[in-house]
Amino acid sequence: MEITRLTAVELGKKIQAKEISVREAVEASLDQIGRVETDINSYVTVDREGALKRAEQVQAQIDEGSLAGPLAGVPVAIKDNMCIKGMLTTCSSKMLYNFRPAFTAEAVVNLEKAGAVILGKTNMDEFAMGSTTETSYFGETKNPWDLRHVPGGSSGGSCAAVAAEECFFALGSDTGGSIRQPSSFCGVVGMKPTYGTVSRYGLVAYGSSLDQIGPIAKDVTDCAAVLETIASHDRKDSTSVARSSYRFTDALKDDVKGMRIGIPKDYFGEGLDPEVRDCVLGAAKVLREKGADVEEFDLKLVQYAIPAYYVIASAEASSNLSRFDGVKYGYRTEHYEGLHNMYKKSRSEGFGAEVRRRIMLGSFVLSSGYYDAYYLKALRTKAMIKQAFDQAFERYDVILAPAAPTTAPELGKSLSDPLKMYLGDIYTVSVNLAGLPGITVPAGKDAKGLPIGVQLIGDCFREDQIIRAAYTFERTREYERPQIAKEGK
Amino acid sequence: MANQISDETIEYVGILAKLELSGEEKESARRDMEKMLDYIDTLNELDTDGVEPMSHVFPVNNVFREDVASNADNSEDTLANAPLRKGQSFVVPKTIG
Repeated sequence: MEITRLTAVELGKKIQAKEISVREAVEASLDQIGRVETDINSYVTVDREGALKRAEQVQAQIDEGSLAGPLAGVPVAIKDNMCIKGMLTTCSSKMLYNFRPAFTAEAVVNLEKAGAVILGKTNMDEFAMGSTTETSYFGETKNPWDLRHVPGGSSGGSCAAVAAEECFFALGSDTGGSIRQPSSFCGVVGMKPTYGTVSRYGLVAYGSSLDQIGPIAKDVTDCAAVLETIASHDRKDSTSVARSSYRFTDALKDDVKGMRIGIPKDYFGEGLDPEVRDCVLGAAKVLREKGADVEEFDLKLVQYAIPAYYVIASAEASSNLSRFDGVKYGYRTEHYEGLHNMYKKSRSEGFGAEVRRRIMLGSFVLSSGYYDAYYLKALRTKAMIKQAFDQAFERYDVILAPAAPTTAPELGKSLSDPLKMYLGDIYTVSVNLAGLPGITVPAGKDAKGLPIGVQLIGDCFREDQIIRAAYTFERTREYERPQIAKEGK
Repeated sequence: MANQISDETIEYVGILAKLELSGEEKESARRDMEKMLDYIDTLNELDTDGVEPMSHVFPVNNVFREDVASNADNSEDTLANAPLRKGQSFVVPKTIG
């Protein structure tokens, strides 16, 4: 049997039924990593010994009946901006090239309690700043569908690892689309929950008011099961929300009859690749045929989301990344004269170009004289964008949109023009600004054979609606695997 | 409407950001920032008079707890990451003359 092609939930069932041992599952993932990793570079760290050792412990607990959940024994990959005690956690930056945290992120603790086995840490854009995974200090990750293309970003390593079947599911983080866009580019399912649903404790902060951890998997069922496991009210994260229910898998229903789905007309204009447009509108047609009421509407303010996002995200980044100073952990420059020179040289040498660019912009928009004109203006714009979504959700249960204007660009084509790269986030950033849940599901491929995802956006705390719509849509098509995944055993 | 960033401003932002930029890096930082600010200025088309700035989408309140340690002493794990340490301390360059 080809173990690696199973979904996480399918594997979990077979492990409970004793058809597959935890060790076999872990070895299957490690073998696949060994086979494809030199081509794809999804991982920064693979913890072979740790995973095999953990497999034995989890198997023992399953055998004695103390671990019976859907993810017990299932191998997982974690984006390298989530702390795991004792395991290298780099954020794909030279700044943290040797950092081993003294504690574990709450979302990862929740996975460990459920018996998931951690294979290692996945590659990303440095400090999650980027849309291609090319700003990583540890080299770019390649798209499993075509190695000449990027996997997207910033959770590019996690999405590529799932698509190439180097793990059964992964965790990513999404500040402006960093789960949903690479999921679209890699042909997998990725979900950003409502802000506050998953604890940010132990997630290295980029834009704290926007960051959320979420699942990346082969299907919607896995995403719902993983979210159900990692979501929790955590007193260690002061923005963590106590939700009335965490039973996200209850929403896995093949039924959208009467569901009101809105398509923002303003998302389908200039700049959207015609192949992506046709594919996404095709998904809308499928949902209409399944009984949903689908109509177009004007969302408004769409063109202001990116400028507002980059002001807010850069401002928060400049503040959050001030902790990297070469004193307590991470990189310290070799030669320096005095404390301030040590700070400046360590930071300038430790951070890459994109991170320095955003810290500079963030410091500028927060500086006296510019704070009102830029930072407060962006926060006011954010309030208006949130209001536009509130109005939309009075009329619709779900908003259907592209995840990105194009399919995955070729390697080496994006970083030279940062502004152009930022514009690619047009369909994802407003969801973070408004704190909404969003999910990307594979919907087709372009003429080059690269995947296209459709994004479904819900109102705050209404993951159930987008899970139901995504599940219903997914049931109408087969999951497609890239050739490189099929070369496994 | 094109933004022009002066040498002094780039210098000042470098101080705020605690980044040391070479002459060439300053030039490219200036170009990048001018281009970004021109783009960000599109926000000025939007009338935001009377709109309250929204820092969080949900009302965020202080979360209080009793000041009781809930974790064990893991100072050794923390210090193990220090670029330079001496006993139970981080070593930093001399800060007072």
